[in-house]
Amino acid sequence: MIEGAKWRRWVYFYIPLGAFVLWLLFPFYWMLVTSVRPDRELYRPWMAPNYAPFWTAHPTLVHVMDLLTETLFTRWMLNTLFIAIVSTIISLFCGLLAGYALSRLKFPFAGSLGTGIFITYLVPQTLLFIPLADIIRNFRLGDTPWALILTYPTFLIPFCTWLLMGYFKAIPRELEECARIDGATRWKAMLYIIFPIAVPGILSAGIFAFTLSWNEFIYALVFLSSAEQKTVSVGVTSELVRGDVFYWGQLMAGALLGSIPVAFIYSFFVEYYVAGLTGSVKG
Amino acid sequence: MARVLIRNLNKFYDHDVHAVKDVNLEIRDKEFVVLVGPSGCGKTTTLRMVAGLESITSGDVLIGDTVVNNLPPMDRDIAMVFQNYALYPHMSVYDNMAFGLKMRRVDRAEISKRVQAAADILGIGDYLKRKPRQLSGGQRQRVALGRAIVRHPQVFLFDEPLSNLDAKLRVQMRVELKKLHSRLNTTAIYVTHDQVEAMTLGDRVVVMRGGEVQQVGEPLELYNAPVNRFVAGFLGSPAMNFAPARVHEANGAMRADGTGFGIEVPAEFGARLRAYAGRDVTLGVRPEDLSVANGSSPPGLCLDAVVEVVERLGAEILLDLQVGGQTMVASVEPTVRAQRGDKLRFALRPDRLHFFDTASEAAI
Amino acid sequence: MAISEAVTGRAFAQAPQRGAATRLLEDERWLAAALLLPTVVLLGLFIAYPFVEGVWLSVTDAKVGIPGHFVGLQNFAALLHDSIFRVAVWNTFVYTAVATVFKLALGLWLALLLNRHFRGKAFTRAFILLPFIIPTVLSTFAWKWMFDPTFSVINWTLFQLGLIHGRINWLGNPDLALISVIIVNVWRGVPFFAISLLAGLQTINPELQEAAAIDGARPWQRFWHVTWPLLLPVTMVVVLFSVIQTFADFQLVYVLTGGGPANATQLFATYAYQIGVGTGLLSEGAAVSLAMFPFLLIIVVVQLLYIRRVEVH
Repeated sequence: MIEGAKWRRWVYFYIPLGAFVLWLLFPFYWMLVTSVRPDRELYRPWMAPNYAPFWTAHPTLVHVMDLLTETLFTRWMLNTLFIAIVSTIISLFCGLLAGYALSRLKFPFAGSLGTGIFITYLVPQTLLFIPLADIIRNFRLGDTPWALILTYPTFLIPFCTWLLMGYFKAIPRELEECARIDGATRWKAMLYIIFPIAVPGILSAGIFAFTLSWNEFIYALVFLSSAEQKTVSVGVTSELVRGDVFYWGQLMAGALLGSIPVAFIYSFFVEYYVAGLTGSVKG
Repeated sequence: MARVLIRNLNKFYDHDVHAVKDVNLEIRDKEFVVLVGPSGCGKTTTLRMVAGLESITSGDVLIGDTVVNNLPPMDRDIAMVFQNYALYPHMSVYDNMAFGLKMRRVDRAEISKRVQAAADILGIGDYLKRKPRQLSGGQRQRVALGRAIVRHPQVFLFDEPLSNLDAKLRVQMRVELKKLHSRLNTTAIYVTHDQVEAMTLGDRVVVMRGGEVQQVGEPLELYNAPVNRFVAGFLGSPAMNFAPARVHEANGAMRADGTGFGIEVPAEFGARLRAYAGRDVTLGVRPEDLSVANGSSPPGLCLDAVVEVVERLGAEILLDLQVGGQTMVASVEPTVRAQRGDKLRFALRPDRLHFFDTASEAAI
Repeated sequence: MAISEAVTGRAFAQAPQRGAATRLLEDERWLAAALLLPTVVLLGLFIAYPFVEGVWLSVTDAKVGIPGHFVGLQNFAALLHDSIFRVAVWNTFVYTAVATVFKLALGLWLALLLNRHFRGKAFTRAFILLPFIIPTVLSTFAWKWMFDPTFSVINWTLFQLGLIHGRINWLGNPDLALISVIIVNVWRGVPFFAISLLAGLQTINPELQEAAAIDGARPWQRFWHVTWPLLLPVTMVVVLFSVIQTFADFQLVYVLTGGGPANATQLFATYAYQIGVGTGLLSEGAAVSLAMFPFLLIIVVVQLLYIRRVEVH
């Protein structure tokens, strides 16, 4: 509690908090303003006398229209959506099964396997991307969405497993034991009893995984070459810069639109996302 | 025939923790047997081995005539009621009770019939659509019972089902369980640490300690004729009083003298105690068997005591006594007048005495 | 009563015959194996195998399209003499260290601010996570635009406030470039730290703070002696994740500067990309990537040991 005079509250709380919020959110505002700013205003140097950065008197949708019609942006969005959804499904599937096995079953090497999976979570993509590119090429998966759909789970599964393990551990053993006495096989007890109870965890893991997939860059950059196959991040980075010219209007529009799916899902499932974030840290 | 036979059952954890030591038990068809003992005595482990939730290190468990050692729990035709009820939180009461039947592919009409019947017996018919979190502890326990009943199993297993209930509810449920058992007439194995539940619910009681069976028998049999000091001290509340005493012969009669007291050994013990002449034994007497001496009490069977604490419970009075060198508790009628510091004489009943070998703790 | 009638006199039915697969899966060990199989296959194929392949590549002289021959540690020796590599190593350490310190400090401050009750708390909490949610590349472009020397809104603001008098080339000036990149990294990471630490703060019993206050401790002392020690386990885990990600960072630098100007912002990952993918020198690129590994390993091990020690207490 901040005791005392009102000014203290302003100095120690409202102002710092306001500053943080401003700092953290300003770039998005900037994205928005830039996307609807006509070119003649856009390319006005900051030293010019009529530089009016924080709003525009003549908002226009021309950048957005150009983006959608002249570039493959919609195709990139669909690609990314497809890849993110399928990767998430694969990772949730593996993560559920693995998480259950590691948290509820006793078997040799359980500890080492758990540690092994944790360790793979710590291996950064930038360490593996060069040899992986080679492997992808050998499997003839280069320049297809499958190159990403199969490689994204490498960093999604450990996370999902770990998160779900935390949820499973909180479910009392007696529930499964009772189900098994009632007549369920281990498999059925897992499916009908444990998984339904862990749905909040599944949602958290799924949303977090989707976000992570959408955000991935280097694998997409290295494994995909043709413009039609690219994801939003890669497409915006490589195709919206022609020659040395940055089409900032379209770029910002692309950045904004490319962020919408993730922000949309996030807005509905904030609690689940936060639970996923903090669960991974506390686990 | 749904009897349960436990033969030479052993359970080792991690090669060195011997949780269950060579247990042999026969639970007869339709019998209600209670396994009772302090925590860690192996009663729950034994129950779980019968259920198939723990692996058996050595020995056999037979249900009916079938050795079930390698059968998974779902194939043993048993039902279990857990201490924490273990109700499926995401399912309604109806679905909780129907789950086992669904797993066995019983048709819907039959499921509905059985669930309704069980709900009527237990008085939970109004809650069938609710979720467990909307129910009180007692209601949840009933649902757990209902879930077991609808399965029509060969054997019921109970793992301390009343421990989570408050005292008053526990007494109520105890009575209901007893009524339920006489109604259902199914073999049951019940585990508890509460000796009152053991005495009131069991057709026969098995007292366990440190993984071993101490004594098996009907409740009163164990109460009146405990085979060792542990069983004697475990059953009955307040617990039996114990006092060390030396046995010796004096003037042709056996006497047992401890610090600050001495009694004449009654005739029925005489022969057995002769073997202990000159040695120490442990004398045991239950609080309710100590009554305030009056003129007709045989003088050789009396103890002189100083009253230290008086606890008036209404139906009885508990007196904490200092008898020579040890403390004892006596349970006397509410009409007795006693106050702190009073010196009273108490009479023992010759047929209600117990003697135990001090070293082996076995009853003499 | 219907039930007791149905129960009495029924013989023990034979246990149903179950298929071999069902029986097998009842065994804990077989079930575990079946459940873990997809994960192990995927991770083995796309992490373990590439790792091994990466090690192999780094000790050959392979280039794109040209299979390599074993050359021992030649690539690594070359790296030691490569001045750009040395710069990249230095940059990466500075980048990671400075960014992490700021992320921790600012994240902690923000978490402490959010740990109070105020109107709009839920909204605020939701909004401040945006930098972390939105794809890094996309938000980095916004920053690039904000840093552009000719059109920078930051320059304009600072100029209006009288703090600068000429143009600042945030990304083109070798002395400023690394700082600019660090700023963006910190901007992106503060929400992660803040939310995680906030969760950690919320598990601390407020009564402890109150007891300390009654004992006469001032706010700073209360924080240092009560809050901070209890927060340490969560803090260490968050720092661990962040350090690894920052050390191996690629996206930010790639978009903002591509490694320049004059390698002022070159990192392990960007250099590996430049060499391996840009110029096609696969084996040398692999060597640069792998060179990250020993450093990462030491950092991870040190932190894990520290975490374990903190948790034991």
